[in-house]
Amino acid sequence: MQARKKYVLLGLCACCWLVLFYWGGGVQLRLLRLLTRQRGEVVRPWPNWTDRAFLPRYAHLDELQTDPGTAESPRQRRQAWSAIYKDSRCRMETCFDFSRCRRRGREGFRVYIYPSEKNDHVSESYRKILTSIAESRYYTSDPREACLFVLGIDTLDRDQLSGQFVPNVDERIRGYPLWNDGRNHLIFNLYSGTWPNYTEDLGFNIGQAILAKASLNTEHFRPGFDVSIPLFSKDHPQKGGERGWLVRNTIPPRRKYLLMFKGKRYLTGIGSDTRNALHHIHNGKDIVSLTTCRHGKDWEKHKDARCDHDNLEYERFDYQELLHNSTFCLVPRGRRLGSFRFLESLQAACIPVLLSNGWELPFSDVIQWNQAVIEGDERLLLQVPSTVRAVGNERVLALRQRTQMLWEAYFSSVDKIVLTTLEIIKDRVFSHISRNKYMWNSLPGGLLVLPEYSTHLAHFPFYYLGLGVSPGQEFTAVIHAVSPLVSQSQPIMKLLQVVSKSKYCSQIIILWNSEKPPPIRSKWPPMPVPLTVTDGRRKTTSRFLPHVAIETEAVLSLDEDTVLLTSEVNFAFLVWRSFPERIVGYPPRSHFWDPLKHAWGYTSKWTNDYSIVLTGAAFYHRYYHYLFSHYLPQSLRTLVDRSSNCEDILMNFLVSAVTHLPPIKVAQRKQYKELPSPQGTKSVPWANPEHFSQRQECVNTFANWFGYMPLVHSQFRLDPVLFKDQVSVLRKKYKDLERA
Amino acid sequence: MYASGKYSSRGPALIPRMKTKHRIYYITLFSVVLLGLIATGMFQFWPHSIESAADWTLDKRSVHDAPLVRLPVSSPIPERGDLSCRMHTCFDVYRCGYNPKNRIKVYIYPLQKFVDELGVPISSTGLSREYNDLLSAISDSDFYTDDVTRACLFIPSIDVLNQNSLRIRETAQALTMLPRWDKGMNHLLFNMLPGGPPDYNTALDVPRDRALLAGGGFSTWTYRQGYDVSIPVYSPLSADVELPERQPGPRHYFILSSQTAIHREYRAELERLKEENGEALLLLDKCSNLSQGVASARKRCYKGQVYDYPQILQESSFCVVLRGARLGQAALSDVLQAGCVPVILADSYILPFSEVLDWKRASVVIPEEKLSEMYTILKSIPHRQVEEMQRQARWFWEAYFSSMKAIGLTTLQIINDRIYPYAARTYEQWNNPPVVKWSSVNSPLFLPLIPPRAPGFTAVVLTYDRVESLFRVITEISKVPSLAKLLVVWNNQNKSPPEESLWPKIGVPLKVVRTKENKLSNRFFPYDEIETEAVLAIDDDIIMLTSDELQFGYEVWREFPDRLVGYPGRLHLWDHEMGKWKYESEWTNEVSMVLTGAAFYHKYFNYLYTYKMPGDIKNWVDAHMNCEDIAMNFLVANITGKAPIKVTPRKKFKCPECTAIDGLSLDQTHMVERSECINKFASVFGTMPLKVVEHRADPVLYKDDFPEKLKSFPNIGSL
Repeated sequence: MQARKKYVLLGLCACCWLVLFYWGGGVQLRLLRLLTRQRGEVVRPWPNWTDRAFLPRYAHLDELQTDPGTAESPRQRRQAWSAIYKDSRCRMETCFDFSRCRRRGREGFRVYIYPSEKNDHVSESYRKILTSIAESRYYTSDPREACLFVLGIDTLDRDQLSGQFVPNVDERIRGYPLWNDGRNHLIFNLYSGTWPNYTEDLGFNIGQAILAKASLNTEHFRPGFDVSIPLFSKDHPQKGGERGWLVRNTIPPRRKYLLMFKGKRYLTGIGSDTRNALHHIHNGKDIVSLTTCRHGKDWEKHKDARCDHDNLEYERFDYQELLHNSTFCLVPRGRRLGSFRFLESLQAACIPVLLSNGWELPFSDVIQWNQAVIEGDERLLLQVPSTVRAVGNERVLALRQRTQMLWEAYFSSVDKIVLTTLEIIKDRVFSHISRNKYMWNSLPGGLLVLPEYSTHLAHFPFYYLGLGVSPGQEFTAVIHAVSPLVSQSQPIMKLLQVVSKSKYCSQIIILWNSEKPPPIRSKWPPMPVPLTVTDGRRKTTSRFLPHVAIETEAVLSLDEDTVLLTSEVNFAFLVWRSFPERIVGYPPRSHFWDPLKHAWGYTSKWTNDYSIVLTGAAFYHRYYHYLFSHYLPQSLRTLVDRSSNCEDILMNFLVSAVTHLPPIKVAQRKQYKELPSPQGTKSVPWANPEHFSQRQECVNTFANWFGYMPLVHSQFRLDPVLFKDQVSVLRKKYKDLERA
Repeated sequence: MYASGKYSSRGPALIPRMKTKHRIYYITLFSVVLLGLIATGMFQFWPHSIESAADWTLDKRSVHDAPLVRLPVSSPIPERGDLSCRMHTCFDVYRCGYNPKNRIKVYIYPLQKFVDELGVPISSTGLSREYNDLLSAISDSDFYTDDVTRACLFIPSIDVLNQNSLRIRETAQALTMLPRWDKGMNHLLFNMLPGGPPDYNTALDVPRDRALLAGGGFSTWTYRQGYDVSIPVYSPLSADVELPERQPGPRHYFILSSQTAIHREYRAELERLKEENGEALLLLDKCSNLSQGVASARKRCYKGQVYDYPQILQESSFCVVLRGARLGQAALSDVLQAGCVPVILADSYILPFSEVLDWKRASVVIPEEKLSEMYTILKSIPHRQVEEMQRQARWFWEAYFSSMKAIGLTTLQIINDRIYPYAARTYEQWNNPPVVKWSSVNSPLFLPLIPPRAPGFTAVVLTYDRVESLFRVITEISKVPSLAKLLVVWNNQNKSPPEESLWPKIGVPLKVVRTKENKLSNRFFPYDEIETEAVLAIDDDIIMLTSDELQFGYEVWREFPDRLVGYPGRLHLWDHEMGKWKYESEWTNEVSMVLTGAAFYHKYFNYLYTYKMPGDIKNWVDAHMNCEDIAMNFLVANITGKAPIKVTPRKKFKCPECTAIDGLSLDQTHMVERSECINKFASVFGTMPLKVVEHRADPVLYKDDFPEKLKSFPNIGSL
């Protein structure tokens, strides 16, 4: 065929095709629809009904607004409830007597511990729990003022086969005059039930008592009433506790192994289904899942074909090594739902992958676990490898840091576990003065956030970035005055001048701690900012009392003899606004470990690093006043008051314990200790050697209470950008700082 | 399409043999054919929505066309819901499977009209407008699937929103008639008004086997935590009334009670509160003598004075939401819409979406017993918190209450989060209103860590061909005690790096990476060779930094591992005349950027720079061969919300020997270009993330009157 004809033909074909398309489109569409119909069901979303506008409302407005109401009086209904909803259906509304906690806030929430009887055997763990409560700020020895009662009988281990099992609990508690069917009682338990079924049975009737229990099952958990606690070993430290193992954020965040498990395999009985399947995901390379049958006395009796091979493989890997080098750690159920492994992997920053269906996670009321662990499903074990592989690097980084945050905030010591339990209950009792989820789940954790101070996030020093706000533009100066006012040339007069001149200063409070009564108003110099004089009752700790008069977020704490310049104050304040959660001050001090004395040392020598800045002149957030007065125990504050010393060290301990960071030292024109003693009238306290050794002791006492040394060293100081540079003075904003 | 491809490929070979006239003819013909084919293809695969409605009868159907299903009297009744149901006991996860998008698939049963043997329908209303809205929203969402075999969740089209309009037994029978009912496994029912007189149960009374219930008005005894979803009671006023958002702040009234059917015991209590506190409280009730034709639902009265509802809600800071016979109240939705902080008095009530929403930030929950203390409790809340709660309340309404679509999709998202917990939305995503999401930062390196000194840092030197200068830099840096490794990024494709033997001998490993293209962004690539988290980016001509300065820089970085720690600082300024940002390299008192000619930072930021840099910034930098440091400063400040740290007095990177023309950072056009960069980046980020500070970090004893030899870092250079 000629080329030309060929093309004419082609053209004709095309035209036919086009004609067919444009005029016979309907035929094609029908064809097309037939084709798609064959492939499956027709794509048929919910139809757009033609008469949708005429559809009736689901309820009339009147019906919604005019609630039918019942004749029953609400008061009667509430009373009736407590008769219906008890025992396994207990809720705070029905099983808890709020009137026992009548007084508001901290004062109202008191915990009483029953005295233990002489021949009682109390386990190590329970002793620690009781110690934590007894040393907490909620403890009371008077049952009449108690809101919550804790048994002296050890109820941790309710496995009848265990050596720790305490018999006849039922009879004993029923003998208690205050038992009242368990109302307002808190019962701790770690192990319930026994072989082979490990039920949730405690072996005695807890009645209406709140249960703080490990391995709680969601079915038995009474929401908003019980508290799920983690399983912890008897070696768990009383206070302080080890820090998490994550010391740096490596990039990429993956470790040598992707996923690991090393533990027992149950050949029979409850929990064996899950544990028996774990070997399936073992690949010997990045997923190491090792089980052994060798546990218990008669393991060889139940031994199966895999046992020998598994046992061999099991010996090849070291648990600790795996824990350090794995990105994810499997936390499958054992006989009970929770296991030690959970806390171990949390501490090791090995992201837990939970295989424990129905486990009510520890402190699930308040902690958002999906931001720290991978909640797997026992039924989907074989999907676990692909699931964890699909977790992106960014998420791994976030999950891992979150494990550390939670570990350090709530789990690293028995103290923290017990206090968290108490705080959760307290938040329920005083529900309108309680922490929100954000406070519980962001740094520094709920225990350090006291809702009695405020329930507003922006009132705390740690949430500025998360809320997208910045700290206020003004500060309040609090001057600690101890010497009587005799002359107008006293250092305090100069100090008042200097501070009030700062454009950021909104008010000055003089804390009058002198033996003489405060002078009359007119004796004070006139100032551009309001001046308040309050009575400190000659207590050293009064300088950190949360005075209501302090309205700004920033507090500038000052000794009466501090010598400062306005520009020094201004500069330090601007620095504080960049670091509102820390102490920003001038004269530094340092602590160190003295290996000879096996104790902490304190030094005021000039060193290349520091861990304390003195609060004789320092900026910090006013919330720390509240923490100082309400979070720290009375014993430490008494120690400070008795010796009139160490209050600044204690404040540094507190703030560093909250932030895990050092304070910040800023540039200062002169060194604090070089100041001439004021008119030679009063001896400078820090010249006194006794004063110094007292401080040494303080450091050790404080470290003892915290359970660890919270102070952190820093090696830098913050100076103005052009500080002491060889550039024109005219350029410099803080030129005063450089004048000799 | 296939045919056309074939011919057109042969075309060019044939065409030259023909005359020009024919050629034009054929080319035209060809184009027509081609166009025609393309058009055909497009029409065939175009979404069906633009097809002529005449062919697609689906949208022309009426609700009344739904097929009729007659329920035999003897058809089975499901069991009453099982209170112990949880996701792992009553829900079949295998249906949801592993899926890369982590999204559940939802199937909606086609509408059927169920009647009993006598032909009486099972519900007095049939499909309600609200339920229809809900189902169409779900079918339009990407949860929807039409393939019943792939579905993970099934939604019956039987409307059970309001129990009052249902015949309970027959509705239950209808449920079992659903082809995939299978004991209610993976079925989701939506109900807003549960219970009926006289007991008013708090969950739907229709027996429903294992079906999940999205219910309004659950109490803590009927709510199966982690299984059911608590949803709001939708208020149809939301669609009818538009209440513009009001600025948070104090309102005319402090407390407002606007519900009409309040139990007299509560009303007496409220009256007493009003007596004590006067004007601050406004207690409204139903209007008794309204003229005909006025919707009583839209009016409220107090002593003969008439107020518009829900507009009046906007005039109060707090609005009381008391329980009635039911726990869930539609008034809650109205109150939130008005930006009024709800004061909820309903003991045992499970608040809507409480699994994910933090109600403490948007409401005040007071035990019914403490109604008399309400005023004192509310007065103790700080003003700023009230404002935040008002904003939060409005945001909850907008995002989760405002329409049936919002309610339905939120419910599905919650269930989705349970099935794929590792892909769940975060607290911030659920709870932060857009304005907070925009201004707040969630740093990816949020844990306060001071990493140990030991692993040291990796120095990354970007070089092109200045070998001599490069060798000097290498020799200098190798004196820094904490240097762990040196990485030379050889950015010259035309020239090979010098032979191994010519490189300076240093005590740490030295690696050379050759790049494929001469790009500035190569300096910020997260090379596998960088094994430390600390990276020192350094130019190949920077030799003036002393070993003390560098070591000190590293020490400071350890205390600020989430920031850029650099030497010379720079500033951005707002130029009022030009109305745009300006780059400033003068020696000012302020700093908002540090140059990356020598700067320490976390390796994570390399990863972010390479893979997560917003917009086309990376390409812009490579094209202009400039501003990579400004881009890095923007990136870090944006994600951490923090300023960089300038260390030591150093102000410039110029060595005495360098000539004036050498190096980039000199001429005037360069400065203009850098200003342009700032403006460009600020527009890409949509904000100015840089933070200005007035401090720099020096060693503790810097310039102090103290013996130099006792200082850790005595040799800190000058400007």
